[in-house]
Amino acid sequence: MSEVISLNLQVWKQPSADEPGSFEFYSVKDISIHISFLEMLDVVNENLQKEGKEPIAFDSDCREGICGTCGFVIDGVAHGPLAKTTVCQLHMRHFEDGQTLVIEPFRATPFKVVKDLVVDRSSFDTIIQAGGYVTVSTGNAPDANNILIAKDNAEDAFDAAACIGCGACVASCPNASAALFTSAKISHLSHLPQGKIEDDARVKGMVEAMDDEGFGACSNHAECEAVCPKGISISNIALMRRNLIKTIL
Amino acid sequence: MTVTAPEKEFVESLSKLDGRLPSGDLEDKWDKYKSSMKIVNPANKRKFNIIVVGTGLAGGSAAATLAELGYNVKSFCIQDTPRRAHSIAAQGGINAAKNYQNDGDSIHRLFIDTIKGGDYRAREENVHRLAEISTNIIDQCVAQGVPFARDYGGLLTNRSFGGSQVSRTFYARGQTGQQLLLGAYSAMMRQVAKQQIELFPNREMLDVVTVDDRARGIVVRNLKTGELETHSGDAVVLCTGGFGNVYFLSTNGKASNATAAWRCYKKGAFMANPCFAQIHPTCIPTSGEYQSKLTLMSESLRNDGRVWVPKDANDKRPPAEIPESDRDNFLERMYPAYGNLVPRDVGSRAIKKMCDEGKGLDPSGRAVYLDFSSAIERLGKKNISDKYGNLFDMYETITGDSPYKEPMKIYPAIHYIMGGLWVDYDLMSTIPGLFVLGEANFSDHGANRLGASALMQGLADGYFVIPNTLGNYLANTKLDSVSISSEEFKEARNDCKERTEDFLKIKGSSTVLEIHRELGGVMWDLVGMARTKESLEEALDKIPKIKDKFWNDLYISGESDTLNKSLEQAGRLADFLELGELMAMDALNREESCGAHFREEYQTEEGEPLRNDDKYAYVSAWEYNENNIPILHKEDLDYKFVKMTQRNYK
Ligand SMILES: Cc1cc2nc3c(=O)[nH]c(=O)nc-3n(C[C@H](O)[C@H](O)[C@H](O)COP(=O)(O)OP(=O)(O)OC[C@H]3O[C@@H](n4cnc5c(N)ncnc54)[C@H](O)[C@@H]3O)c2cc1C
Ligand code: FES
Repeated sequence: MSEVISLNLQVWKQPSADEPGSFEFYSVKDISIHISFLEMLDVVNENLQKEGKEPIAFDSDCREGICGTCGFVIDGVAHGPLAKTTVCQLHMRHFEDGQTLVIEPFRATPFKVVKDLVVDRSSFDTIIQAGGYVTVSTGNAPDANNILIAKDNAEDAFDAAACIGCGACVASCPNASAALFTSAKISHLSHLPQGKIEDDARVKGMVEAMDDEGFGACSNHAECEAVCPKGISISNIALMRRNLIKTIL
Repeated sequence: MTVTAPEKEFVESLSKLDGRLPSGDLEDKWDKYKSSMKIVNPANKRKFNIIVVGTGLAGGSAAATLAELGYNVKSFCIQDTPRRAHSIAAQGGINAAKNYQNDGDSIHRLFIDTIKGGDYRAREENVHRLAEISTNIIDQCVAQGVPFARDYGGLLTNRSFGGSQVSRTFYARGQTGQQLLLGAYSAMMRQVAKQQIELFPNREMLDVVTVDDRARGIVVRNLKTGELETHSGDAVVLCTGGFGNVYFLSTNGKASNATAAWRCYKKGAFMANPCFAQIHPTCIPTSGEYQSKLTLMSESLRNDGRVWVPKDANDKRPPAEIPESDRDNFLERMYPAYGNLVPRDVGSRAIKKMCDEGKGLDPSGRAVYLDFSSAIERLGKKNISDKYGNLFDMYETITGDSPYKEPMKIYPAIHYIMGGLWVDYDLMSTIPGLFVLGEANFSDHGANRLGASALMQGLADGYFVIPNTLGNYLANTKLDSVSISSEEFKEARNDCKERTEDFLKIKGSSTVLEIHRELGGVMWDLVGMARTKESLEEALDKIPKIKDKFWNDLYISGESDTLNKSLEQAGRLADFLELGELMAMDALNREESCGAHFREEYQTEEGEPLRNDDKYAYVSAWEYNENNIPILHKEDLDYKFVKMTQRNYK
């Protein structure tokens, strides 16, 4: 396999939330297959700057798949073709020479475009504010080993807690539902004795906040699970529903 | 003041810097001091407005705790939400002297390990306090729901980290930083819901505002709109993380920067030990020109991974075909007592030594193996994947090779900065009212930080130290009200505006990335893992030239009144260029080797760092001077409880 490839990119450009956007066409040559997708965009942006043009705005920070800052849609799939991978960890060896790629921002009503591929995901913070925590102030905690937690529960809690809040689940859902994101936090805390105490208030508060923020309802498409870079399971959504029903009964 | 060696171009202050350390027995100092502090009564707390910059472990824990106490907190960060601070990327774990493993750990042992790990260049008082608080941190985090690893009996389990012979590191798979940060973040969100914290994400602090010589506010740029905003308060708590990105490639996030700290330096906060930069031994090696960052492979891997190179530099067989007898497990050979778990500075230098001897792996000659085959054989693949699964996956994602099948290739990279803004025991800088927490300060790690101790320090500072010391400051200080329409705020805002526009006006032909890469090359080659008088002087000659290039030939497209990443990066690079020079100057001044600061001229016969305690047992704290000739202040490290010895990990 050749060590370099060329690509044609169709990228969504939009100056701000209030202005219309459109696709622009870029072609790039001699991209090393060992660099990441974002590093490829860095190259495009360097070239654009050299030509005196404005670069493509996209966001990133850790570039190791953990902070959840990066994210956009490549050929219709949030975070691109490789399962369980954020775009910052997606390497060019997964693409072919001469391929044309369509790159657009995560689209959902509650996620307004800030610029080009950057969207506003602050509604996620609002959902967490509605109960995504344990009520314990600093200094109040008992000795850590006084709270025994079965290994399996700790592992299940961890699996849910691994969510990076990137928003791919919302972008891939036909209803723009935030059920996977919301349920992951509910499930994380519900698997632990110190979190379970507040199950009822938490599920009510967070589901209500999710609705208020304009996210759609979940109708079991499971597209969210398929694109989630951390492999968060839709079984969390089932748990969220069970916890919600318990509050009504 | 006297001028020392004029070619070094700095001035030395004659008066000693005072860390304001409490007196008494080491074990009781913190408790006694706490009980002697003045307290702000609950009803009065809500009259105070506190600015917290940064939302990593330090800033997140500080903001949440101060808000719980009743202060009004304004919280700022660069990312679009507090949850994305770079603490999120910490992998391996957090230390605490719980002695849950009954292996002889204690507060005293953690204290000694940390002091020794730092090569006797940290304050005894700070480190002891850190060790004391460590146990409370674990309690707090578990209560918040942090899913630490557990045994089948439901109890917490531990792993070992470098520089210690006990098992005291708590972890949540390879994502400990993420889970701890989400704990602090959710505590913050609880306070946002109660309207005790007001969030300002997408803001970059560009300056601190002083009124009557006290820190009373900040200037920030709204990164989405480009607007410059000013905010006032009764104190500023700076938690802006490390500045490893001065080396361009590091394990830090893209947004990690020195700007907030550097702007404070230019307003009178001293910068301490800036040359103490930690190089982490196990990172994925650089692969090409367009590489934008380096990825850490957690130190925890050295619990089970063995570091080796072929004994014969010409042995080009694939690793699996090289029998044990032809492998040089050089860490085990050189340091039998600690083996693969030597501290980071020691490990990094040993790897560099092997590569310098020509034993590094192809293609670059700048890599060695980190091998899990014997651990997989001994413990089974499942066990190894339970412990390190996500790290193995990350390695495979980046390199395309599976560590289950062949050894990782690793090389050292810039990872952490022990130096930072100088603070006293209260974590207050030389600007009254400006407190500095977490990696941004210099306080606890001396010349080398032990693994799993940064998370501990960030949370100790934020959850347990600042709530006490800030209260004491506020209760003892008469603060007049300030307004953002005052001259001080207007002037600071104008300065930032001019500076931002200056970048756009240069209209040269070099991009920020190009200039940053150039600076990084100089820093890594000349102010990196091994330094000499000549290399540092060369750096001091080269950096100003790169700075000239920046100010004369930079090109940024776009405008200042919109999201403009290049403009953000230009501002950060301008400060890195000045900081890089100070780092080289600090390294040149310190004519000894200690911890991560390795001056080739000063080494033992075995190639270990050779300290000079008679001359350099001090913290160097640099003061900015308008004429750009910094003033060196010294804080003597007066060890009363521990004897300074030559570190020995053999
Ligand atoms: C890859 C990696 C792995 C690590 N693993 C471990 C480990 O296993 N154990 C351990 O103990 N340590 C580890 N460390 C070190 C540790 O993670 C950091 O030292 C620590 O998390 C720093 O926390 P902090 O709160 O000081 O800063 P950060 O978490 O870096 O937070 C900085 C905050 O300041 C904000 N900020 C910065 N500049 C500005 C500005 N100008 N204006 C406004 N806001 C600003 C940022 O937005 C962010 O919110 C690791 C570090 C890295 C890079
Ligand atoms: S940049 Fe952090 S997850 Fe991609």
